[in-house]
Amino acid sequence: MDYFAQQLINGLVLGSIYGLIAIGYTMVYGIVGMINFAHGDIFMIGGFIALITFLILVSFGLTAIPLILLVVLLVSMAITALYGWTVERIAYRPLRHSFRLAPMLSAIGMSFVLTNYSQVAQGARVKPVPPIITGGYTLHEGAEGFVVQLSNVQIIVVITTIVLLALFTWLVSNTRLGRDMRACEQDQTMASLLGVDVDRTISMTFVIGAALAAVAGMMYLLYYGLVDFFMGFVAGIKAFTAAVLGGIGSLPGAMLGGLLIGLIETLWSAYFSVEYKDVAAFSILIVVLIFLPTGLLGRPEVEKV
Amino acid sequence: MSAPPADQTSRAPGAAFILKKALISAFVALVLFSLMIGVRTEAGPQGQLIYWTRFDDLAAMVAAVFVGSILMELLRQWWGPVDTVRVVPASVQSALSLVGRLVAPVLLVFTFLVPVLFYNERYILDLAILVLTYVMLGWGLNVVVGLAGLLDLGYVAFYAVGAYSYALLATNFGLSFWICLPLAGILAALWGVLLGFPVLRLRGDYLAIVTLAFGEIIRLVIINWQSLTGGPNGVTGIPRPTLFGIPLSPADDGLAALLGIEFSPTHRIVFLFYLILALALLTNWVTIRLRRLPIGRAWEALREDEVACRALGINTTTTKLTAFATGAMFGGFAGAFFATRQGFISPESFTFHESALVLAIVVLGGMGSQLGVALAALAMIGGFELFRGLDQYRMLVFGMAMVLLMIWRPRGLIGHRAPTVFLKRSQAISSDLVKEGHG
Amino acid sequence: MSGNQILSVDRLSMRFGGIVAVNDLSFDAERRKITALIGPNGAGKTTVFNCITGFYKPTSGGIRLTHDDGHAIRLERLNDFRIAKLAKVARTFQNIRLFPGMTALENLMVAQHNALMRASGLTFLGLIGAPSWRSAEQAAIDLARTWLDRIGLLDRADDAAGNLPYGDQRRLEIARAMCTQPALLCLDEPAAGLNARESAALSELLLSIRADQGTSILLIEHDMSVVMEISDHVVVMDHGLKIAEGTPRQIRDDPKVIAAYLGADEEEAIAVMESGT
Repeated sequence: MDYFAQQLINGLVLGSIYGLIAIGYTMVYGIVGMINFAHGDIFMIGGFIALITFLILVSFGLTAIPLILLVVLLVSMAITALYGWTVERIAYRPLRHSFRLAPMLSAIGMSFVLTNYSQVAQGARVKPVPPIITGGYTLHEGAEGFVVQLSNVQIIVVITTIVLLALFTWLVSNTRLGRDMRACEQDQTMASLLGVDVDRTISMTFVIGAALAAVAGMMYLLYYGLVDFFMGFVAGIKAFTAAVLGGIGSLPGAMLGGLLIGLIETLWSAYFSVEYKDVAAFSILIVVLIFLPTGLLGRPEVEKV
Repeated sequence: MSAPPADQTSRAPGAAFILKKALISAFVALVLFSLMIGVRTEAGPQGQLIYWTRFDDLAAMVAAVFVGSILMELLRQWWGPVDTVRVVPASVQSALSLVGRLVAPVLLVFTFLVPVLFYNERYILDLAILVLTYVMLGWGLNVVVGLAGLLDLGYVAFYAVGAYSYALLATNFGLSFWICLPLAGILAALWGVLLGFPVLRLRGDYLAIVTLAFGEIIRLVIINWQSLTGGPNGVTGIPRPTLFGIPLSPADDGLAALLGIEFSPTHRIVFLFYLILALALLTNWVTIRLRRLPIGRAWEALREDEVACRALGINTTTTKLTAFATGAMFGGFAGAFFATRQGFISPESFTFHESALVLAIVVLGGMGSQLGVALAALAMIGGFELFRGLDQYRMLVFGMAMVLLMIWRPRGLIGHRAPTVFLKRSQAISSDLVKEGHG
Repeated sequence: MSGNQILSVDRLSMRFGGIVAVNDLSFDAERRKITALIGPNGAGKTTVFNCITGFYKPTSGGIRLTHDDGHAIRLERLNDFRIAKLAKVARTFQNIRLFPGMTALENLMVAQHNALMRASGLTFLGLIGAPSWRSAEQAAIDLARTWLDRIGLLDRADDAAGNLPYGDQRRLEIARAMCTQPALLCLDEPAAGLNARESAALSELLLSIRADQGTSILLIEHDMSVVMEISDHVVVMDHGLKIAEGTPRQIRDDPKVIAAYLGADEEEAIAVMESGT
């Protein structure tokens, strides 16, 4: 039971990270109708920028952890958001009204570019950092000496996710930008006739998605204490799975899907086999799409004849 | 700057605009590259991460973006609007179409002569075999993506199934290549049906992501099922192909001894070359044939409008399945060839990159065009080889090329479609009319 | 009329969530006759069509199709392609659904898919080029040529369907449906967007199909001149309900029909009234 509780905590934390990435997929899919293949790599770039910023701050002799975290968060969000903007500008915008396969291949190409760019720029080896945030709470001490722990890192990851999700939901439901986004999602031509700057709105969608991916990248760095250039691919596919599981186009759905994928992966590793945890995640993607193609919270699609 | 103002407004924006744009680009580049290139991290001697700065590299990159932006803008003004293709005079167009009709036969004859022309150049022969392997994979995937309009991002799975089928059957049961080749195709097709049956009612991007997941699952299973597949170490000692039982070896019963000529390892390379050429041509012949049969027309109709297909009584599920299985079978053949050529296979050869590469070949070739796919395979694999010296920059350049090629020609090199049947004369159909499918 | 209905719709209802698109609708279509289904926009006509042709599964009710040999098929139990394949019901669409990137001839060849699949020995005989396949293919091309001739598109056989003018596309879609050799042809607003001359040609085509092929026709139409000229029987729907049924003459004088059209659209109501005078 204690073991299960511990896995539950671990799964929720991992799920928060997936959820943050999944939001980027779900928003872009909702508005432009394409899978942003490069999004996983944007997450990886976010992790790298967080790592580098952290190293620089520490070498400058900064010791106040909360201040460091805040600066790292802001810098990483800002620069990664610019990456998201640039990717959209270079690889997707020229293909906006083109054939469906062209932007998809362009996105795959962009994903290769980002992966190998960071390999070239930062080397192929895994980059470990010492634990930045230590300590935690013991929730329960079992009879056989098994301890259920909730570390401070886990608390920070979950709280950051909740705060950002709340902020973001508010943004989409209450601001001009959010309204423009929903308008573009419904009908881009109509939205532009009504004075919505479609290009700008789509750009902003990519920017926000990338910023959230950067947060996920930083959380990943804090939680696992390492980044590498290849971490975007698998995390990206899992986050996309999460977005689909939750119902693509739905923000709460993306978060819910992320939590579920995190839980499934953790519990599978704990009780079955670590080697096949990715197989489990991908199989779930297939099963969900077959039996629940609109996801948990998605809108059903009616076929027009 | 002495041009009259009227002229300036009618022409593209002036120098100030270009400069402003270049400055913005350079600034964006500065922010993007500031930490990723300006700072290099690495694990130090004690495992502790250290970093050092590379401001010279950063400055060089930003300057490159600045200059590049100016050049791009000038090029764009000089080039004019992109639609120049449409104003090519009719005489030039007809001449071009004549040349176009000659390309395929000339290319085919040249391909047949490659081993004669380059007999002593092992490198070129190896490269030619590689290109032909991708031509075959491209033609196989073309059935699924180009004709039936089903987006398959996990094609490499069938390639892997074919390769492992041959490798395991040959090493465990001692079956010969010529028995295993059809078996590999059949097994791959079976896997195609197995995967296809539940997922083919998915549409568009969902199908793409499911096939991607399937490809990854196959690879992960191969890695982890060590007792069967050897895991990450792969399968070694895969038998080389024989000329219907006659080995191409220096042994007494080898081909060279039987023909009474001196043995040379090149014999085997030449044999492999003609083997893959034959397999690729078989793929091409079957595909061209199928297009003119009801099944092939149903594939294309499915790509055009699935609802209309159903209204005409076409069973869309079996139609999709046959496309999937046919494509998978060709992938399986190519996989068996790959295994026998390499003599060693491991999961590393069957990553998502391969799927993306083959898909890029199909899309760049122009969906559905056999010649286009062959040209695209030549360009992509050949181009990829040219950058071999760049080493770690190779994939970077490859990714950039993919993005640029898509922007340049979203419909591929050969976009138009040739009808499968005609009453009076066959005329190409413009790519603007041809749909690319929903699934 | 007893025993000679090809199609018999019995208490058909279709709901989408809380919306009732078709409510307890019953009507018959006679063999070798042209039955028109009319009504104001949103009356539920296309929904009825989609139920008959298997694109929707009715919420309740039955649809029975009886072939010439007396063999009856419950359409509500078949789904999508089987209705076209087994029950021999062909249809066209309100917004034309040709295969735009294929030639007119290819469109008609695709329509003969099931027959050709059999002839090609499920592809295998075709792959080796067996003589039986070659003659079947030639027969299919000849059938297509006949239909292209009948709709006046023989000269444009090798043009992409998407390149044809609108009126030609409408006729090609009908020819494509006819190439499946249907027992019942369902046409969803075949005259929509046609000019007067094209409408007249369409009426002629439909009458000739009924006379020469003996195909029963069910059509949805807004163009009252077409409906009144060619229909043998008219069913009027409004808000998912059948409000009237009878010969064109009876319908034209029915006050309920006029009221339904007046309530919906003045121009259409005037068209109904004027079409007879």
